[in-house]
Amino acid sequence: MTETDHSGAVESEAALTEAVPAEAPPTDVTPAEAAPADARPAEAPPTDVLRLENLHVSYQTAAGPVPAVRGVGLALPAGGRLGLAGESGCGKSTLAAAILRLLPKSARVEGSILLGGEDVQAMSWGRLRAVRWAEASIVFQGAMHSLNPVRRVGDQIAEPILLHDKKVGRAAADRRVATLLDQVGLVAARASAYPHELSGGQRQRVMIAMALACEPRLIVADEPTTALDVMIQAQILRLIGELVAEHGISLLMISHDLAVLAEHCDRLAVMYAGRIVEQGPAGRVFADARHPYGRALADAFPRIGDAASRRGPRGLPGDPPDPARLPQGCTFAPRCPIAADECRTAEPPLVAAGDGRTAACVRMDVLREAS
Amino acid sequence: MIADFGRRRAGMAGLAFLVLTALVALAAPLFISSKDLSAVFAPGTPRQAPSSHFLLGTDAYGRSMVAVTIWGARISLTVGLLATLLAVGIGALVGVTAGHFGRWVDTVLMRVTDWFLVLPVLVLATALASVLTPGVATVVVAIGVTAWPTTARVVRAQTLSVESRPYIERAKALGGGHWHVMRRHILPNVMPLMLAQATLTVSAAILTEATLAFLGLSDPTKVSWGTTLQLARAVGAVSAGDWWILLPPGAAIVAVALAFTLVGRALEQVLNPRLQERA
Amino acid sequence: MLAVVFTGFFLFRIVPGDPVRALTRGRAVDAAQLAALRHQFGIDKPLVSQFADYTSRIVRGDLGTSYQYKTSVSSLIGSHVWNTVYLVGTATVIAAFLGLRIGVRSAWKHGSRADRANTGIALVLWSMPTFWLALILIVVFGVGFGPIPGMFPTGGMSSPNVHGLFPALWDHLRHLVLPCLTLVAVVYAQYLLTMRATLLEEVGADYLTTARAKGLREDDVRRKHAVPNAMLPAVTLVFLNLGTAVSGSILTETIFSWPGLGSLFYEALTVPDQPLLEGLFIFFSAAVIVMNLLAELLYPILDPRVRTS
Repeated sequence: MTETDHSGAVESEAALTEAVPAEAPPTDVTPAEAAPADARPAEAPPTDVLRLENLHVSYQTAAGPVPAVRGVGLALPAGGRLGLAGESGCGKSTLAAAILRLLPKSARVEGSILLGGEDVQAMSWGRLRAVRWAEASIVFQGAMHSLNPVRRVGDQIAEPILLHDKKVGRAAADRRVATLLDQVGLVAARASAYPHELSGGQRQRVMIAMALACEPRLIVADEPTTALDVMIQAQILRLIGELVAEHGISLLMISHDLAVLAEHCDRLAVMYAGRIVEQGPAGRVFADARHPYGRALADAFPRIGDAASRRGPRGLPGDPPDPARLPQGCTFAPRCPIAADECRTAEPPLVAAGDGRTAACVRMDVLREAS
Repeated sequence: MIADFGRRRAGMAGLAFLVLTALVALAAPLFISSKDLSAVFAPGTPRQAPSSHFLLGTDAYGRSMVAVTIWGARISLTVGLLATLLAVGIGALVGVTAGHFGRWVDTVLMRVTDWFLVLPVLVLATALASVLTPGVATVVVAIGVTAWPTTARVVRAQTLSVESRPYIERAKALGGGHWHVMRRHILPNVMPLMLAQATLTVSAAILTEATLAFLGLSDPTKVSWGTTLQLARAVGAVSAGDWWILLPPGAAIVAVALAFTLVGRALEQVLNPRLQERA
Repeated sequence: MLAVVFTGFFLFRIVPGDPVRALTRGRAVDAAQLAALRHQFGIDKPLVSQFADYTSRIVRGDLGTSYQYKTSVSSLIGSHVWNTVYLVGTATVIAAFLGLRIGVRSAWKHGSRADRANTGIALVLWSMPTFWLALILIVVFGVGFGPIPGMFPTGGMSSPNVHGLFPALWDHLRHLVLPCLTLVAVVYAQYLLTMRATLLEEVGADYLTTARAKGLREDDVRRKHAVPNAMLPAVTLVFLNLGTAVSGSILTETIFSWPGLGSLFYEALTVPDQPLLEGLFIFFSAAVIVMNLLAELLYPILDPRVRTS
């Protein structure tokens, strides 16, 4: 149970450089091989790039602790692509921030977060700073506010490069920046621009270039396409997919758009009120969700070319529950179309729901019959 | 919102102090007679250090410093409040007019405001105060005339933001005349910010009053904190080290100005969530 | 600027008091001599023509002749301006340095005891009348209070009978201490409060999270990301203050008998020495205008968002 260290403990710079592994991430486990769920043991021999076990995060407020993440378990193998879906307020961004210990002081974290097998919570401050960006980086949502408005984007991309490798000089860093910008489809001259001089799509590309700067093993993309036009969204997502595959980087993509996640990820996890309520291979979860919420999310986005899906009833009534006042029993029950009395007694546990799938619903069979 | 204000300790403390001061100042005639304040028939010997008889010593004429300080509050506070009223009044008028009518009216008014802002405040105030006969009214006018630009700017900005709201357009479309729109829609929205601004202006006004009085531009027969200090310097209390004559009036100024500033800041925080400081 | 000249002229002409009388007080003069003096000063002409004279002279850079000193106003201003700059400049540098630094620290450690203490002190200093602080400082440090002896001289810029470079320098510095301290106090508070406020606005920004995620140390996050964004209003304020500081030192200079523009103004006010007053008025206003312009020019340099493409 630790808090983000904002006290600025003084650590030697040496700790920063020695900790960065220079070798390429293991590519022997391709996404295709990671998919057959039944055959996969609980602990895959090449250590998962990211592994969350029973993660609890709560915020201390004047009114008491408010749980944002309640017992989440996730595993992302090397080279894998995991999508995390859910509405705003379900805890997905908290989860993303927790991975690199970026939560505010008021957050209490319990459970384990293993990055490449290392416990993030137990890392020393120096090791944490070395790990940040070099092992795992984040593409934040809202690039306008996530970029420093008074510094050139080239400088901002070069910053982590210069920070994590003391041997790299300014010239070499600039060359790398130019390469990165090229990879994300921007002209190298853009490096001297300020964030406000770029369009939304361009800024997002800068964020992606920045995330790739130190060749991390994991990229967490937190709503990378929110606030972008539909056409730009598609471009950005395609870009992320290509780069991730090219460099063999594992991807954790967070979004409220299930269709997008289904298209770009191997596995999907659906989050509601701080818990994972469904997990499984992306295509299957999207096409045939076992949890009513997953079903509702999937139905919320019409499939292009499928006229029937456009005409069907969409959208979910009500709002996500207030984390400070969660209902008794299944947190989804108040909005669930198939809720029954048994749902309100206790929170349904995550149980097996098919090949390599889990879901937290006690009336899964009812849902199957309804479809 | 009022509850929000109540939660801010500094602001509440300031407010409490101000209420107390106001009460004491208003009640002063009940326990301070004109004899205590008479320069000629002073109760004590001049420039006596604090003793059991006179808790804060006596001033240059032999009056009790306690009495003088308390009495001084009356003028200083009155001037501060009146001057602020004048300044905020002018400022609000200019600000709302500029913001509401826009275009050339706005440009002209803003040029005037800018011009006033350029003129060094103290110089202008001093000059004005020396033009008119020295006295309390002069000081009020001098401060009022020099302090309105800041309020005008703030009010204008607020007016512009209110004007852009849709219900203003509706009101105008429904045939609301200028006066009507300004009175019923703009003014209520601008008032809270004006209040916060006014509180801070009072603080500055009290300081300016003290300064002008110190420079000899106020009425020397009226006891205010500034005149007391001016008197002290004139009779050489400073070089003689008669700290008891200097300390009480100044400390009083600091305390009251501080109290108004605290209240003003608390008000600003309540009204502008962006300024809120997490407790 | 034109308006300033206009105001200056008429304002001081309205100031009652007959300068000739004031100047000749104590000396026996008869009516003819008074008239002659008036003619010499040009104040026997109608007001309008006086104004015309005045503007034409100003355009040529001539600010007139002081009634008191009988020397040209411009030379008077010239000889006194450096003293003021010296005092005000030193005070501004110290106040800005301390105020901005402590403001940043305070905002970063927002809510801590240090922050609350610093803010509290700043608020108290902010509520202090400058002249009162000057008086108190004189009493405590100049004259001596209780066990504390009078340590610093309280008048003028230097003492007589001091020879040699180092003793003179030391003496000079000692004379600077009290007036400088007085000016620093209130200005410091303003800088601290402003810097703190602007930095607090940046503290919750997303780009700071990005910076931390990149592995930067807290100090670097503050120094390289937060402060540059918060600096802009603070720096503008420093420049604007410089403009008004010149006239703001009137009281301090007067109380400490510091031979600068401030005390010159005060003296001129008592006569009233109209040409001098007008000249100073124009000078003070010009200073403000110049500083405003500089601040406006500086802003695009500091904030790339303001630059026109």
